[in-house]
Amino acid sequence: MSTEEIRAALAEIVNEVAGIPADNVQLDKSFSDDLDVDSLSMVEVVVEAEEKFGVTIPDDEVKNLKTVGDAVSYIERNRAS
Amino acid sequence: MSRTRVVVTGLGTTSPLGGDVASTWEGLLAGRSGVRDLGDVAEGLPVTIGAPAAVDPTEVLDRVVARRLDRSSQLALVAALEAWADSGLDVVQAAGDLVSERFGVAFASGIGGVHTLLSNHAILLEKGPRRVSPISVPMLMANAPAATISLKLGARGPVNTPVSACASGNEAISLAADQIRLGRVDVAIAGGTEAAIHPLPIAAFANMMALSKNPGDPTTVSRPFDNARDGFVLGEGAGALVLESLEHAQARGARIYAEVLGTGITADAHDIAQPDPEGRGGTRALRLAVQDAGVSPADIAHVNAHATSTPQGDVAESLMLHAVLGSHASELVVSATKSMTGHLLGGAGALEGVATVLALHHRIAPPTINLDDKDERVELDVATKPTDLPQGDIAAINNSFGFGGANVAVVFGTPT
Repeated sequence: MSTEEIRAALAEIVNEVAGIPADNVQLDKSFSDDLDVDSLSMVEVVVEAEEKFGVTIPDDEVKNLKTVGDAVSYIERNRAS
Repeated sequence: MSRTRVVVTGLGTTSPLGGDVASTWEGLLAGRSGVRDLGDVAEGLPVTIGAPAAVDPTEVLDRVVARRLDRSSQLALVAALEAWADSGLDVVQAAGDLVSERFGVAFASGIGGVHTLLSNHAILLEKGPRRVSPISVPMLMANAPAATISLKLGARGPVNTPVSACASGNEAISLAADQIRLGRVDVAIAGGTEAAIHPLPIAAFANMMALSKNPGDPTTVSRPFDNARDGFVLGEGAGALVLESLEHAQARGARIYAEVLGTGITADAHDIAQPDPEGRGGTRALRLAVQDAGVSPADIAHVNAHATSTPQGDVAESLMLHAVLGSHASELVVSATKSMTGHLLGGAGALEGVATVLALHHRIAPPTINLDDKDERVELDVATKPTDLPQGDIAAINNSFGFGGANVAVVFGTPT
């Protein structure tokens, strides 16, 4: 999966969970400040992403995923290839 | 000092007969049954019929709002939003003229977010704890419907969740009226909701022999007061009433459907599931409500009976009405609307509260269907067709009884 494919798939999850238009879910956007994804919704996004991308995102790591780009690069680094 | 009077200024419902008040009331007057074969959800169960909500709440609510709510809260929100708009208080609120701290909610559920609990349990077993939804607790908690309404409409007064099984919805009406009478709030949304059409509750109710096992046409199975009755039919939906102090309603020129004249709440302390065969607790609740209302038996023109279509309960209710109202109990018009809606458990008293208020407002009592051969022990005039109620100042009673021995009666009156 390319970076863009991961971003697009993550955007679908964010849209499903929080109703944010998928086009707004760009790499530079902050989940909380720009996209208004609250902490419980973020946990839902993380759990969905774990299943979708076959990664594990520990609770301690979630706080470091401030932007969409943070999440996409974490997924890229940790995906079983 | 005169007591604060409480009036009903808004109504809402989403029921087995329709997704709003107008379609539900039309269905009730037409004698239409909302009971049907449940299809796949009930496959392999001892009972395969029920009365699901006619309109799926996820088709009405915003998708993102709906996915964070258990179905019971979705139904509650649909009913509450309709009642709120119907009262005209949405306009008052939009103009900044509603004091949110003087606005409360009393909204009940008998069972709570059972779909959320059980679907997450299935996920836990199948996929492990990591996949359990992080929002399952706020979705399944007992006060989720009340809290959902408070959040959506900005109610910052007391937000209560009375739970008394099948009496819950009527208890919510009583509690909301009390909050207004005590001067704690000016406005309250009262009601109840239930969404328990799921294999586990169906199996559990069936195993305790509470549900009808009547074969044949599902629309004929719920038959309160009839000799062939053998248990209730599980229904689904919500009812909501906007209650307001008379002063608050009059100050804004609100349409007043009816007045909450009095309430009575008691417990049997007899059995966790069986009603007292002589209906003593229910009789006390009725007597307290009539006394609280300050009306005489002759003023009571209509009763929306609890009448779930169980062998014992329906007879006990007739005894209670006679014990409190004397011979007049045989003269007033009784409706058993569960014959059409099935039994909404925690939503029942609220939906039937809406029906009772509409009966007074339109001065017509809905029919009871499937009453082909009345149990002779039931000495009541049970309407089988829509029946006119008298003109003048009249009152009506909404009865509800629940597991745990809960008894709640609410007396409504035409506005004066």
